[in-house]
Amino acid sequence: MIYLKLFFSFLKIGMFSVGGGYAAMPLIQSEVVSGHGWLSMGEFTDLITIAEMTPGPIAVNSATFVGIRIAGVPGAFAATFGCIFPSCIIVSLLAFIYRKYKNVSVLQNILAGLRPAVVALIAGAGISLLRAVAVGEAPLQPANMNWVGLGLFAAALFILRKWKWNPILVMLLCGIANLGIGVLTGKG
Amino acid sequence: MQDNTKGKTLMQLFLSTLYISSFTFGGGFVIITFMKKKFVDELHWIDENEMLDLAALAQSSPGAIAVNAAILVGWRVAGFAGMLTAVIGTIVPPMLILTVISFFYQAFAENLYMALLLKGMQAGVVAVILDVVWGLGGKVVKERSLFLCVVMAAAFVATAVFQVNVILIILAAAVLGVLRAFWNRRASS
Repeated sequence: MIYLKLFFSFLKIGMFSVGGGYAAMPLIQSEVVSGHGWLSMGEFTDLITIAEMTPGPIAVNSATFVGIRIAGVPGAFAATFGCIFPSCIIVSLLAFIYRKYKNVSVLQNILAGLRPAVVALIAGAGISLLRAVAVGEAPLQPANMNWVGLGLFAAALFILRKWKWNPILVMLLCGIANLGIGVLTGKG
Repeated sequence: MQDNTKGKTLMQLFLSTLYISSFTFGGGFVIITFMKKKFVDELHWIDENEMLDLAALAQSSPGAIAVNAAILVGWRVAGFAGMLTAVIGTIVPPMLILTVISFFYQAFAENLYMALLLKGMQAGVVAVILDVVWGLGGKVVKERSLFLCVVMAAAFVATAVFQVNVILIILAAAVLGVLRAFWNRRASS
């Protein structure tokens, strides 16, 4: 049953994304794109872009988006409930333990070991997104390259690193630049 | 607590989390600062030190930081009902917004100009993500710990080259983290 599949898929995402922010991204990719094929890599890239532009956690945004596309509004509820369910159980338990012992250092120790792995996983997901921008679903060859996209990526990374502009502003500028270039070169 | 005042507290908790969740772009770390402003400085429901601990708990637990923080604050303020109220307040805005976007997405993506805009923004989002990775990875390297660097490199090779299942990599890193914590404790005692 599709609702159960959505629920359990996002349950896994909610349970194993530790460290916040983009930590859920590699898991969503592995479940939703490579695992079930619910989204293509292109749609997944769109989803991450939309999630970045809207408020709310990436995991909840993705659950709603994927749920609706696969099984309508009930699907969105199944997926979202799945993704917050592990938190509700685990964090509630931790809240009780914290009230008793008032000590969070053990947990932080474990997290310290996890953090480098999470960074590596985000890097891996980032690179597959970069590949999607560069060639889409096509093989990685110079003939398939979207040079404009790669140029915008390089410029944006430079601006973010060097001048630390607001990320949403940088993304919007990339979009507008691509639209301008597309119209000027007659694609529009 | 009387039913009346409890209802009032829950209502206020719901509206606060709803408001915070609607206007925080940029993920969990941002939402925690907003929660501190609201629940510590404004409503005085939680003291500052406890909020710091709750933030650390929310960040080190599985799941979205915003949802985790809502669970912790909810329990603290009004028990189980508070937890449910805070979680619902936190997830309603993103669910509503994404529902609307999902219904327009198809038309959106098929419009040539919108598609060009979205395509350019994709290039931007990848830059944002790799910028974050750069920053986080740099911090790991700066700790000058061979253990952390090896875990990072091994996890990267496992995911990017061998396409090892993401969950397996996380579990392996968690086990290594626990072993290392034990090792450090034995070495120091």
